[in-house]
Amino acid sequence: MELLPLAQQVLFYLLAIVIVVCSILAVTTRRILRAATYLLFVLLSTAGIYFMLDYTFLGSVQIAVYAGGILVLFVFSILLTSHPGESCEKSSLTKRILGIVAALTGAAVCAYALFTYQWPAVDLIETGEHPIKALGHALIGMDKFQYLLPFEAVSVLLLACIIGAILIARKR
Amino acid sequence: MEIPMIYYIVLSLVMFFAGVYGFITRKNMLMMLISIELMLNAVDINFAVFNRFLFPGQMEGMVFAIFAIAIAAAETAIAIAIIINIFRHIRNIDADNLDDMKY
Amino acid sequence: MEYTVFILLLPLAMFLLLGLLDSKLKPRVAGILGTLGMTVCTALAYFTAYQFFTQPRNAEGVIPSVTPYNYEWLRFTEHLHIDLGIYLDPISVMMLVVITTVSLMVHIYSLGYMHGEKGFQRYYAFLSLFSMSMLGLVVATNIFQMYIFWELVGVSSYLLIGFYYTKPAAIAASKKAFIVTRFADLGFLIGILILSFFTKTFDFATLTATPTAIITETAGATFLGCSVASWALALIFMGGAGKSAMFPLHIWLPDAMEGPTPVSALIHAATMVVAGVYLVARLFPVYCVTPEVLELITTVGAITALYAAIVACVQTDIKRVLAFSTISQIAFMIVALGVANDTDLHEGLGYMASMFHLFTHAMFKALLFLGAGAIIHAVHSNEMSEMGGLRKYMPITHITFLIACLAIAGIPPFSGFFSKDEILTAVMHKSTFWGIWMTVVAGLTAFYMFRLYFRIFWWKNTDCSHHTPHEAPLTMTLPLIFLALVTCVAGFIPFGELVSVNGQPYHIHLDWSVATTSIIVAVCAISLAAWLYLKENKKPTAMADATRTLHTAAYRRFYIDEIYLFVTHKIIFKCICAPIAWFDRHIIDGTMDMFANVTQWVSARIKGLQSGYIQSYVWILLMGTLLIAAITICCLL
Repeated sequence: MELLPLAQQVLFYLLAIVIVVCSILAVTTRRILRAATYLLFVLLSTAGIYFMLDYTFLGSVQIAVYAGGILVLFVFSILLTSHPGESCEKSSLTKRILGIVAALTGAAVCAYALFTYQWPAVDLIETGEHPIKALGHALIGMDKFQYLLPFEAVSVLLLACIIGAILIARKR
Repeated sequence: MEIPMIYYIVLSLVMFFAGVYGFITRKNMLMMLISIELMLNAVDINFAVFNRFLFPGQMEGMVFAIFAIAIAAAETAIAIAIIINIFRHIRNIDADNLDDMKY
Repeated sequence: MEYTVFILLLPLAMFLLLGLLDSKLKPRVAGILGTLGMTVCTALAYFTAYQFFTQPRNAEGVIPSVTPYNYEWLRFTEHLHIDLGIYLDPISVMMLVVITTVSLMVHIYSLGYMHGEKGFQRYYAFLSLFSMSMLGLVVATNIFQMYIFWELVGVSSYLLIGFYYTKPAAIAASKKAFIVTRFADLGFLIGILILSFFTKTFDFATLTATPTAIITETAGATFLGCSVASWALALIFMGGAGKSAMFPLHIWLPDAMEGPTPVSALIHAATMVVAGVYLVARLFPVYCVTPEVLELITTVGAITALYAAIVACVQTDIKRVLAFSTISQIAFMIVALGVANDTDLHEGLGYMASMFHLFTHAMFKALLFLGAGAIIHAVHSNEMSEMGGLRKYMPITHITFLIACLAIAGIPPFSGFFSKDEILTAVMHKSTFWGIWMTVVAGLTAFYMFRLYFRIFWWKNTDCSHHTPHEAPLTMTLPLIFLALVTCVAGFIPFGELVSVNGQPYHIHLDWSVATTSIIVAVCAISLAAWLYLKENKKPTAMADATRTLHTAAYRRFYIDEIYLFVTHKIIFKCICAPIAWFDRHIIDGTMDMFANVTQWVSARIKGLQSGYIQSYVWILLMGTLLIAAITICCLL
């Protein structure tokens, strides 16, 4: 997307705020359906990030698969396993402390690594969209930097997953 | 591209560790699954960002983000099937009740 | 004479056939199969003997020895290799004849004796195994092959003594026999190793062709005051003494009588127990270079002969009497070898006499045992007190038994007279002291044999109201008659022409002064036995009471078994084995237990980590990863 730098910054900050707030809310709220809704916001904002990076195809996939498919699954299963309006009981204090410790330590270590790392300088900052045709060729090609084998592996995985999900979830 | 790469990465870092926190603290298995989705999403962002800023002109990061999304979908489907099956057995989906595999 | 290999292979094939086809064959068929195999074997052995002894003699008048087979089996060094082969010389051919004859007789006899026994087929399989091993032993081309078959013989003896494996006494006896002979074989093995280490050969032909090699090769090396050569040969003799039940390693043989009686006849009277004698005879030229070992052999033999003869005089179990008699007679052969020398034919008389006695003794002692078997078969007891007056009921057994008794007592013209006379002449020639000693033993032999004979066949007129003893079936009497015939004529075989110390023909001539003395002694002893035991009376009891101490001591075999038990249980077990067992149980096992216990203790304490809660696993995993990451970062700084 060709945006003005200022608009781009505003947009990024907007998305960043939505992502951070909604992520935290998604894992802390006691209403599970709300958590799913916050997750939806996060996923949509992520798609927005992809659009900002000019990965429009990836953003579309994100919306279609995540926001469209997975989240619907979530909502269905939430409705199947809990009563609407019911809120989960609060997690124990020990658990929350442990979780906070783990999350903060992890974040600290990773942040330290990120900020001390000497990122390689890349001269050419290329913008613009990847042609979808090139992507399609890459996915079903057999040359270097082409991905037929993982593509087929994923297709088999999905098939196996369909059969497995049916087998596991069916009534005896 | 006025926004530096590190901004995006910090964003995904926050998202990832929010997921970690959720996974460790929440009892409900669907909540744990939501946390996992958060973490996966953070990773996807990293793929895309590294591709865009460090390896422009290539598409490895994007392709792997797509694969990751596909696998996340598969994983979610299976996980939800299992959770529903568990719910059918014990009318409950709290991870605390599932300690049959202990010592 | 390549066909000789079948003399070994046939019994082996029979063993495998009967052993593997267990329960597929009817017992009768199995017995007849085994007997047929042995018959062919015997025929082959006789043919071999005929062909061997009729071949032309060489310039020195010696029958050349033949090696139809010699196959290299294992090679250790350039010089040292173990071969498997067949070596035919006068003594091995003589042994082939003895073994196959007695074995065949025992096979036939067992058809009747073992009839209806549980494990009939197993019995025949073991008999075939034994025959194979014993034949392999005598035709061995080298000392190691002999050792292999020596152990095989020990195993088959063990199996046959323990044939009635439900009887605790039989099991104990088989174990005892195996352990005692095995202990002696340890000496044998060490002796072989020392001998072959210095002479660089296992081969009998090489060893005996250059007997002084052992002296030159050891170059005067000594150990505990004796030369290494003497040690080697004495240790080899120890193996022979164990197998041949020489004092003090004789304790297993009387107990071995727990086995079936035909087995006692074959293994513990005629063949296996003379393996020691055969071993010394086989290595005789080597023994001649160490006169001190020959003296040791003489002494051991003479003590054993007297000891066994005295003990035999008071035993009441007829098989025990025969067992001690066997020990005594083998001791005769050993003494004869001990007093011989290979310098010339006359000095080497003892060698010939020993082999001659081995031959005749095998026949008449097998006859005695088979006769005893027939008696036991008839009265269902081993004890003399259950017998008496059997001559009317069992005429054939009676006559054949009498012939054997006369032979062993040394009454002409039975075979024992000739061989025993040669032995006494040889001993007398060497040393008057041992000569008189052995004459006394010969007298004792006559006494205890006729004590046995009169107690079984005379003593009282039985009124077996509940059970009338009857003559044994034909399968049992036929071998008795055959062996009795052999005993009658074997003395006239020109044995010295065929077997002598250096292979040259030796014309046997009786030394009438020795012969007369021994006949007079024997007749006196027989008369004494007749006076005491011909009719039921109180004289034997009175005599036993008069010499109570000596009688009891002799009856208890002079407490040799008790001494062994004391040494093993009270000294070796208590002072050596118990500490070792303690060390094993508490230190070795304790260390291993400690590892196990510590592991268990630790895991019991850390198993709580395996809580089953996935969230705690994830937390631990994450913190661990972060720790590693943090450490890595710190290291990179």
